[in-house]
Amino acid sequence: MVALSSTEKLEKFRLEIVSGRNPDKPCISVCAGSGCLASGASDVISAFKSEIEKECLNADVVIKETGCPGFCERGPVVVIYPEEICYLQVKPEDVEEIVTKTIKEKQVVERLLYIDPVTGEKAIHEYDIPFYKNQVRNIICNNIKIDSRSIDDYLATGGYSALAKVLTVMSGEEVIQEVKRSGLRGRGGAGFPTGNKWEGSRNDPEKPKYVIVNADEGDPGAFMDRALLEGNPHSVLEGLIIGGYAIGSNEGFVYVRQEYPLAVTNINLAIAHAEEYGLLGKNILGSGFDFGVKVHRGAGAFVCGESTALMAALEGRAGEPRPKYVRSNIKGLWDKPSVLNNVETWANVPLIINNGAGWFTQIGTERSKGTKIFSLVGKIANTGLVEIPMGITLKDIIYKIGGGIPRGKKFKAVQTGGPSGGCIPAGQLDMKVGFDELTGAGSMMGSGGMIVMDEDTCMVDVARYFITFLTEESCGKCVPCREGLRQMHKILTNITEGKGKEGDIELLEDLSETCIEASLCALGKSAPNPFISTLRYFRDEYEAHIRDKRCPALYCKELIRYYIDPAKCRACLICMKKCPVEAIDGEKKKIHIIDQEKCTNCGTCFEVCPPHFGAVKKISGEPLPSPIPDAERIINGRRN
Amino acid sequence: MKEVLVQIDGKKINAREGDTLMEAAQKAGIVIPRLCYHEKLIPFGGCRLCIVEAESGNSSKLVVSCVYQVEENLVVRTRTGKIDRIRRILLELLLAHAPNSPELKALAQEYGANADRFEKESSFCIHCGLCVRYCAEVKQLNAVGFVDRGIHKEISFIPEIAAKKCNTCKECFPLCPTSYLQTVYVLTDALAFHSHPDRNS
Repeated sequence: MVALSSTEKLEKFRLEIVSGRNPDKPCISVCAGSGCLASGASDVISAFKSEIEKECLNADVVIKETGCPGFCERGPVVVIYPEEICYLQVKPEDVEEIVTKTIKEKQVVERLLYIDPVTGEKAIHEYDIPFYKNQVRNIICNNIKIDSRSIDDYLATGGYSALAKVLTVMSGEEVIQEVKRSGLRGRGGAGFPTGNKWEGSRNDPEKPKYVIVNADEGDPGAFMDRALLEGNPHSVLEGLIIGGYAIGSNEGFVYVRQEYPLAVTNINLAIAHAEEYGLLGKNILGSGFDFGVKVHRGAGAFVCGESTALMAALEGRAGEPRPKYVRSNIKGLWDKPSVLNNVETWANVPLIINNGAGWFTQIGTERSKGTKIFSLVGKIANTGLVEIPMGITLKDIIYKIGGGIPRGKKFKAVQTGGPSGGCIPAGQLDMKVGFDELTGAGSMMGSGGMIVMDEDTCMVDVARYFITFLTEESCGKCVPCREGLRQMHKILTNITEGKGKEGDIELLEDLSETCIEASLCALGKSAPNPFISTLRYFRDEYEAHIRDKRCPALYCKELIRYYIDPAKCRACLICMKKCPVEAIDGEKKKIHIIDQEKCTNCGTCFEVCPPHFGAVKKISGEPLPSPIPDAERIINGRRN
Repeated sequence: MKEVLVQIDGKKINAREGDTLMEAAQKAGIVIPRLCYHEKLIPFGGCRLCIVEAESGNSSKLVVSCVYQVEENLVVRTRTGKIDRIRRILLELLLAHAPNSPELKALAQEYGANADRFEKESSFCIHCGLCVRYCAEVKQLNAVGFVDRGIHKEISFIPEIAAKKCNTCKECFPLCPTSYLQTVYVLTDALAFHSHPDRNS
């Protein structure tokens, strides 16, 4: 491949790719994102390859390994083009049938389709499935259309046309004005206006300047950036090059965590291909603009998502935040102007350039424009990545897209914004999703984690869980974060273990104030949020734990006891046999009882007791009923 | 050098451009408490005790005075109810590690900090980093460094360097506010120096 030396040559080459492809040629696209690979996608891909080989269809069918479409819950996901038939949870043994029926006979394999759990209706196409239907997929839509490792695929979908546009007809200043007009705000957490950040760097006289991709995604349960960088690395790269051009930078970095091996591989491959095509390097597309990108693999510290810590790590030092009061877009990497944006922010840039700020601002609320990708996880029917228009309600995300709470449980709260975000209760589900709306409710947008919790979730334990995470991830440099979180963690652990004392809530509030007001970086300043937001909406749960030694959600192990209801026990022996510590006494036709001295609260009896008996109960904060006299334990005849 | 007029605790001070608030205050004889500050070292901003309120225009914010630089017409307050409350808690957190440090005890008295508010911790290092930074920045030896992260972070001598250099230096010893450094040094000596051929004793 000879490097493309002008935008005309790029367009000509794009035309060659597109015209060389037959849109009616059957294409089997299999998600090769981390989620589907974990559920066996690579075996499915191999099975398709050998089946196509066996049927001598090599010349007639394309097999494509694509990025993540988002429906991880039902992976591996297979889509057959041009009909766009979507098969879910495909196994290698389904492959023969798919090839025979769908590829050769143009029929649908009914049993692999999505079935609506409510209506029982089957959905043939991806766009018929409610999970997808209610999303607005501007960024993630290409993930399934392209082979993540093919620059030609990206070009075929119009890739690098935004770069060509800025290099030929826009000045750096004009690019910044377009991004400012779009109202794009940083997708990484704080929601800082992207155009303003760029403008500050551009206007600063210091040189050189740097642009950086923050792919140090570290929130528990979040994988938006991972899926984008794995699935469509060129979209991020194109945004980065445009950003470099806009601010006058010739050097970019991608800071990606080593724990994302596929993302590291794919972005390196994308950079190599872009260099080969003349889309990176000297004199890009003959414009005179030079730009190079290096990949830096992070060692996996959550705090390195913080700008100054990330830049310290890039400079080769320990990833600890620096104390300073000048923004990093002015004094950043090596004290030079540096624009650091999140993966998703960069991926939005080519879309804004191609479609215009006016197109972008059509979607969203007054101060939050465009779409946002969330990773929807927890107690939700449809786990996966969802891209939603800003301004949609939380209720629509959870019920229309997410399919609601499984097993008929009641919704309790949704946690957004990553570990230092907050929990939003049922009463606020009509809230529109936007940066300021979420902050107003005591949570935040963050980078897009969304964890749904049901009635069985203990909110004190949730706070304890996130504070534990943050305590482990604190860099340890400043006192309020290191020592404050250490103490908050101890107190919260004590409360969940029934060792809470009067005054604990006030002490936690004092520690929170110090941590928020006095910490060095954003990690510490937001770390008490899990406590503050759960206290705000679920204070009664804290009080129940401390005063009554009761866990209302019946979750905290030290605060519950198991008890067999003699009226419901059928003396079936199941729990007795499964109890790992032999704490259950009973025999056939003799009602079982738990020896509380021996019981370790493991919950096995509760789980194995047949649901139609439902004899094992959890009790918290109330005395156990007195044991039934031995004589009354014998069951005579049938019980109803 | 350009002069910058700031007001600290009601006193008008002509500071030099680039001065930190702590340096400006010091010139006016106003003492701001601190544990990780050293005039020969790059500001660390770790102990956060030197936190002050800085008001400019209509907005005021809390900043650490060892890092924040003077700005024209900035109004600074070094003692307010909130600042004292934050300092008290910071001291209480550190007293859980080093309840008998004379420096901490004196500050505790000033701010009414209760040494027993939190359960005692096993390590009495307060992570001010004076030893680590002095060795790196002034002596340029890096004989002592931080290892691990967060609540597991601790100081550690590097035996290969320390065995050769420390015995004749020990300039970091008086810097340590809790004497923990000396303990670590003696321990490293006992465990690792004897096997080192270059030992300098």
